[in-house]
Amino acid sequence: MQRALPAIKSIGLRKWALLLAGLSVCLVLAGCGNDRHADAYSNVLKRSLGPEPETLDVHAAISLQAAIVLRDLGEGLTGYSASGELVPAAAERWEVSEDGLTYSFWLRPEARWSNGEAVVAEHFVYSFHRLVNPSTAAPYAQHLIDIENAEAIIKGDESVESLGVTANSEFELSIRLARPVPYFLKLLAHNSAHPVFPPAVEAHGNGFARAGNLVSNGAYKLEDWTMGSMISLSRNEHYWNNANTAIDRVQHFVVPDETAEVNRYRAGELDITETVSSQMFRKLKEERPDELRISPFLQVYYYGLNLTKPPFKANRKLRIALSMAIDRETIVESVVGRGEKPAYSWVPPGVSDYQAMTFSYASQSADERHATARRLYAEAGYSDKNPLQVEIRFNTSESHKNVALAVQEMWRKVLGVEATLVNEEFRVLLANMLAREKTQVFRSSWSGDYNDANSFLSIMQSDNPSNLPGFKNEEYDSLMSRAANQMNPEFRQLLLEEAESRLLAEHPLIPIYFYVSKHLVSDRVVGWQDNVLDYHYSQHLRLKTND
Amino acid sequence: MSEVPSLLQTRQSIRGNRLVVSCVSLLLALAVLSLVGPLVSSYSVDTIAFDQSFIAPTLEDGRLFGTDDLGRDLFVRTLKGTQITFLVAIVATLVSLVIGVLYGATAGYLGGKIDAVMMRAVDALYAMPFVFFVILLMVVFERSLFLIFVAIGAINWLDTARIVRGQTMSIKQRSFVDAARLTGVSSAGIIWRHIAPNLLGVVIVYITLTIPQVVLFESFLSFLGLGVQEPQTSLGALVSEGVSRMERAPWMLLFPASFLALLLLCLNFLGDGLRDMFDPKSHTG
Amino acid sequence: MLRFALLRILGAIPTLFVVIAAAFLLVHAAPGGPFDSERVLPPEIEKNIRAAYHLDEPLPQQFARYIKGVLQGDLGPSFSRREYTVSEIISDAWPVTFLLGAMGLIVALSFGIVFGLTAALRRNTVVDRLLSGLAMTGISVPVFVVAPVLVLLFAVHLGWLPASFSGGTGAGRFILPVIALALPQLAYIARLFRASMIEVMESDFIRAARAQGLRTVSIVRHHAMKPALLPLLSYLGPAIAAVLTGSVVVEQIFGIPGLGQHFVNGALNRDYTLVLGLVIFYAALIIALNLVVDLLYGFLDPRIRRQ
Repeated sequence: MQRALPAIKSIGLRKWALLLAGLSVCLVLAGCGNDRHADAYSNVLKRSLGPEPETLDVHAAISLQAAIVLRDLGEGLTGYSASGELVPAAAERWEVSEDGLTYSFWLRPEARWSNGEAVVAEHFVYSFHRLVNPSTAAPYAQHLIDIENAEAIIKGDESVESLGVTANSEFELSIRLARPVPYFLKLLAHNSAHPVFPPAVEAHGNGFARAGNLVSNGAYKLEDWTMGSMISLSRNEHYWNNANTAIDRVQHFVVPDETAEVNRYRAGELDITETVSSQMFRKLKEERPDELRISPFLQVYYYGLNLTKPPFKANRKLRIALSMAIDRETIVESVVGRGEKPAYSWVPPGVSDYQAMTFSYASQSADERHATARRLYAEAGYSDKNPLQVEIRFNTSESHKNVALAVQEMWRKVLGVEATLVNEEFRVLLANMLAREKTQVFRSSWSGDYNDANSFLSIMQSDNPSNLPGFKNEEYDSLMSRAANQMNPEFRQLLLEEAESRLLAEHPLIPIYFYVSKHLVSDRVVGWQDNVLDYHYSQHLRLKTND
Repeated sequence: MSEVPSLLQTRQSIRGNRLVVSCVSLLLALAVLSLVGPLVSSYSVDTIAFDQSFIAPTLEDGRLFGTDDLGRDLFVRTLKGTQITFLVAIVATLVSLVIGVLYGATAGYLGGKIDAVMMRAVDALYAMPFVFFVILLMVVFERSLFLIFVAIGAINWLDTARIVRGQTMSIKQRSFVDAARLTGVSSAGIIWRHIAPNLLGVVIVYITLTIPQVVLFESFLSFLGLGVQEPQTSLGALVSEGVSRMERAPWMLLFPASFLALLLLCLNFLGDGLRDMFDPKSHTG
Repeated sequence: MLRFALLRILGAIPTLFVVIAAAFLLVHAAPGGPFDSERVLPPEIEKNIRAAYHLDEPLPQQFARYIKGVLQGDLGPSFSRREYTVSEIISDAWPVTFLLGAMGLIVALSFGIVFGLTAALRRNTVVDRLLSGLAMTGISVPVFVVAPVLVLLFAVHLGWLPASFSGGTGAGRFILPVIALALPQLAYIARLFRASMIEVMESDFIRAARAQGLRTVSIVRHHAMKPALLPLLSYLGPAIAAVLTGSVVVEQIFGIPGLGQHFVNGALNRDYTLVLGLVIFYAALIIALNLVVDLLYGFLDPRIRRQ
């Protein structure tokens, strides 16, 4: 530094001082303007979301991130307990008619919106109308398609008023269904079935979900949304169960990068992470085994096969061969490695009232499977001289790439397949999957919106838009529609299981593994219970504080 | 321009020479290593071995740089990545150079209205947030190595074009150009045979400035997931993978990053050296 | 000078138009739309959404509609953030990016100049080698390596600084991002200034001043600084562009709610209006900054002013 002094001097001490002063002023200003992040309460829960939600309008939301925040903000007729049991929420009780077509709900008279107004049946009628109204263009309009006339309304054939939802009195709501749906009460717990406050929507239109405008009926209200940074919620004092809400403020942070998320958690800036990266998993398991929460989750990771074009069109043997050649155990242990389970069925384990079917080869040894796979591959018309050349498409992600590399290697070793990897950006892949022109093998996943086998099996029906492989099987469709109309739960379960068997036998896709929900939960947080839907309402949690 | 080089300039020239020689040798050594190494090793760049994942660097089994999370050998991958990085650097720089030189020389030589329009176009392109356009481009088209070359090259040619235009304008004034024109050589011929060769000095300077930028930009694209795709890999892609596994397997970051840093250091010093040699009056030293 | 500036601004308008048109075409050429999802929308609903955002109109009509809006100051609604307009998002985000970039640039300039000056005046000594070596490393390691390493060291293991922007309040949370952003530019500026200063110090008029017996400090301050700073000025434009690029990575790693993040997400989410709005913003900024740099150049170098 001694020798640098003349250098500094020559620039001019005055100029230096000015420079440093300018810098400090900048820093101070930067510090001053941001009091809204200051923790006025010590009872603040800091959760990370992942990518930023696209909206907090219950009828426009589609992402899992939006759903997390909406679960804290709002409440449907039914809800879930901390352990994942269906419980009354905005409705205190209900009755279902004998034929399963009429549901009567009695709302809690003490339920209030965040502005103090009572939550009444009319509000639900208004909200359901808005959900199915074509001009709302709600992505989850289909969620309540079982309500009488909903289908016609969404198509635009009927007016919104004809929806089978009526307010019989101030606190009495009745819903008529077009067909009996055993899991209907579970549907009502989803955030798309949360109510909106009609005067707010009327007054603010599309902007009703902004901070300052949003009126919510859940445990929390929206304080502030700093774009790209965090959504800040504060206690809704008018909430009917406010006495049991322990945490005053919840901050949902936008953290798109997994590594950054873990680092922030370790630095104490987050209490709960939304995910745990594969790379850090082993280290965290050693260092913080009690904070790591891994638990089965209703989501399946699969490779879809384009059934509308060769080589997979009408070539069941090839499809089965490819599925058998994959060593799911290796992928789950060595590639993903967070406790995921190999998937030998389409419906994940843990779905209520259901016994997942499995592939016939699930219990075979690797050698047996490979031998059968080779035989089927040859029968399908391929050999070493005529190997299958196929493209595996996936969207940009380290872990998808690694799985694809593993699958490519396995297919090569066992069958001699020449697979090329095509890494596409997410929406490009989506467009390709829907167009069904270029895709052959493509990576996708599906998660259940509600805890029933139907949430997985229904998308493989031939008229379902999310049926990416293009699976068309009459028997399957007929089994599914019979199950949809089946009142008796045991018969229904049998029909659904039969349908899944049919599906698995046809191999329109290759399920690879079942997800687990993975979180880091700091030991400050009390009351976290793993459940298969991965719903963790902030109102069920408590913070261990010293004051 | 002074006729007799000053003592300083001569000193710089010689030192430049030494610098150039040592850098070029180091770069050549790297290139040779990257070509020979994979041949010597018993592993290939994409062989997956699940039971050999995350092996720390060791002499046994020839795992000099260790393995990654899929059990692939890092020594071979790093060297292969170096090959690709070299390739990208050279080709993208060439693309950038060719476009820039031709564009700038044409504008500078033709002058007048054409020059004005061409330079306005350059201004417009300067105003574009180029990086973001590249991101959009990578999203729109399939990810091919070729596209990456073009995309990266397309970012850097503007500066070259500007400088070349300036130089061309001053060369244009020289007598031998008039002579060529008088004897009926076409404009294109003049540009190609007389002007372009005289731009060599400037061009070399800009090459040395461009290559490091190109290499860093490719690594930036890899970080976003848009760069070189499997089964090929580049130093940028390896570094990007290494960063996220920094704690679990530091060697996955250490080796590729060191190679990358070494490469960039060499290129930067080489640039200094070349500038000392060709243009002793330019400010380095 | 004023005329010069005005002419440049006027000339910038067609440039801006070309830039917008190119961006518009590019962003609509990308496969996939803003409302695509793995939960595929039924055709009726998709039709309704697209109609609500005018995406079912032919492209030229959409473009005309957009330009008309821009001329009235309306950058349109964001497709990926349903409740907000593009203008709101940009005005929310730009101060942070600006602040970050400005601080990064100031740190890079001030420290770069000091390092470069010290190295130049202590040429070929240990100090010079050390500083030059440090500068070289700054150019050779990408920012997405430097930033996580800094976070790991200072935030996770030492706990001195916050690991993210929203993880702290006040000045502390700027330190790591600014350092990560400034480092490569600092390195380059130090090298550039060192070389420039050496050349100036060897020039005739400086040697003459020295022969007259003036002290080094005084020579540097009064005679050498201005001409030595000139090459830095022409680097200023690229430096600003580099800082803008670098800020994308830094914003992502530190969770800074700035423009860079919005651009990448907007491109990936096909938020057409947001991307276009950002392109306009950036282009206008770059044009304005280039103008300022040119004016400064004229101010500092009287030779140019007389042209």
